[in-house]
Amino acid sequence: MNRQYIIRRLLIAIPSLLGISVILFGILAMAPGDPFEELATNPAIPPEVRMALRAKFGLDDPVWQRYLHWFSAMVQGDWGFSFQSRMDVDRLILQRLPVTLIVIGASQILAISVAIPVGVLAAIKPYSIFDQIASTFAMIGFSLPTFFTGLVLILVFSIQLDWLPFVYRADINAKGWAFYGEHIKQSIMPVVVLGLAQAGTLVRFMRSSVLDVIRLDYVTTARSKGIGERKVIVRHVVRNALIPVVTLIALQLPAVFGGAIVTEQIFRVPGIGSLLIAAIQANDTPVVMGVTFIISCLVVLFNLIADILYGWLDPRISFR
Amino acid sequence: MQDTLLDIRGLKTWFKTEDGMVRAVDGVDLRIDRGETVGVVGESGCGKTVTARSVLKLIDMPPGRFEAGQILWQGRDIIPLDQDEMNQIRAREIAIIFQEPMTSLNPVYTVGDQIAEVIALHQKLSPRQAMAGAAEMLRLVNIPNPQKRVHDYPHQFSGGMRQRVMIAMALSCQPKLLIADEPTTALDVTIQAQILELMQEMKDKFGMSIMLITHAMGVVAETCQRVTVMYAGKVVEEAPVEALFGDPRHPYTQGLIRSIPRIDRAVSRQARLESIQGTVPSLLNPPAGCRFAARCKHAMDICTQGIPPLKEVAPGHRVACVL
Repeated sequence: MNRQYIIRRLLIAIPSLLGISVILFGILAMAPGDPFEELATNPAIPPEVRMALRAKFGLDDPVWQRYLHWFSAMVQGDWGFSFQSRMDVDRLILQRLPVTLIVIGASQILAISVAIPVGVLAAIKPYSIFDQIASTFAMIGFSLPTFFTGLVLILVFSIQLDWLPFVYRADINAKGWAFYGEHIKQSIMPVVVLGLAQAGTLVRFMRSSVLDVIRLDYVTTARSKGIGERKVIVRHVVRNALIPVVTLIALQLPAVFGGAIVTEQIFRVPGIGSLLIAAIQANDTPVVMGVTFIISCLVVLFNLIADILYGWLDPRISFR
Repeated sequence: MQDTLLDIRGLKTWFKTEDGMVRAVDGVDLRIDRGETVGVVGESGCGKTVTARSVLKLIDMPPGRFEAGQILWQGRDIIPLDQDEMNQIRAREIAIIFQEPMTSLNPVYTVGDQIAEVIALHQKLSPRQAMAGAAEMLRLVNIPNPQKRVHDYPHQFSGGMRQRVMIAMALSCQPKLLIADEPTTALDVTIQAQILELMQEMKDKFGMSIMLITHAMGVVAETCQRVTVMYAGKVVEEAPVEALFGDPRHPYTQGLIRSIPRIDRAVSRQARLESIQGTVPSLLNPPAGCRFAARCKHAMDICTQGIPPLKEVAPGHRVACVL
């Protein structure tokens, strides 16, 4: 693996993050709404106090000045102060981030570990019964929105069967294994909902990618070498077929975060998705800025990982 | 009686399509003896490649299937063999190289990995020994600096070099038969000569037989001892190379030979290069009689009534024509 390639990719990530932060900040500055709106309707607080508060938080400064202020503070680790919960934004995010990462991470792992074998098997015997069934489920998976499948799952597994809790609880009164058991139990539905939506697209993509590769000359070459069919598929087909699929996984990540925000709302998961929505509703700009920027960082990070994976899967790329 | 390696008898490889059965190979007889180079010629779509791939059972089934015939490899019919038994023959006894060196190697593995893969598999060697074997094979096919080049990827090689890699890979288990499916078609002329020369050199070294599939009559004249001419899924003529060029009997073979540009024949307006009129008939519904009848200058009524069988006209020279 080419170290230069990784360093080059890392350096490219810096200007993209800078650009993202400028755009986010600009859009938020242009958005209507005022964090001290509520104070305006409160007769006990005179307008002068409100104005003083605005001045104290620098809300009346020009946008570029506010951006520079935010940026220099952010670099030093100060992400701002939440107007709403009277807490530092970074602490607020750090409280919520692990849950979101676990749910998204588990759903991605679920999606990938289901979709890749299913896609490969469907492509090896195209139009077989297995392929038809897989394609049908894939179609259902990617055409149903998560807010619908989420509600259906709640209806079936929580209300009808009463197997799984439908509200995600952060305060579980248990210790040791029972604690983890409860956490796993309440994570099952959000993870499944997110994962299956993702798996649907991935199955279709993996299947067509394998179908493309399996016809190529070098696969015939591999067969002519007397290698067993299973090894031909794993060594010479799947690895090559994964290259476009890695692109898809990386490209879909912003959509996955979007899906996670919706899913967190449905299952009341206390992640950054629900934090973001609450902050938007309260016009709590520092939190909105912090959360969206964190999500951007994660997307950029995963794209970076995808780039590095490409380089490993396809040596032609890391040689530029 | 010579030592026969490969004996294909009445092979029919058909493909099922939505429009019906495509009779890509429709009753082909072909024999290859030990140490011999046999040319298989014919225009695109005549069934040369399908015949070659049938020998290694590299045809996708379905849609393809063996409708009839036998493929005797050293006296044993390989058509009923299963995958595992075939894998014992592939590369170890019969190896193949393809037309497109640019796409025949997997882009994500080094050429050394790909050659070593065969060596490790069939000679039961450790990865390290296999890699050393791969470097040795690259040296044999005249790739400069083989110790270093084994660690390069296919995209770092030119087309001609990749074909050398393919030859190195094919020969790494010393097969008894090398099937070369248009090995030089995708290469430019100077490289073509080098590759043919290399194949000749390797043949002398390892004493294998070669089945050379091509549509270039010039290549055949230079390298083969015997030639089989195919047309529309059938063998139309089979002869030692001198007899074929000196005394071609089938009108199609005559046409093929006349269509070779020759520097010693004056290029004037009177003597234009000849071509064979028309195109290959559909293999979905082949005509009832001789498949060449529609394009043949000498066609008679009898030609469209029945398929003429291969008749021996001279020792080792057989032709499927009523003339």
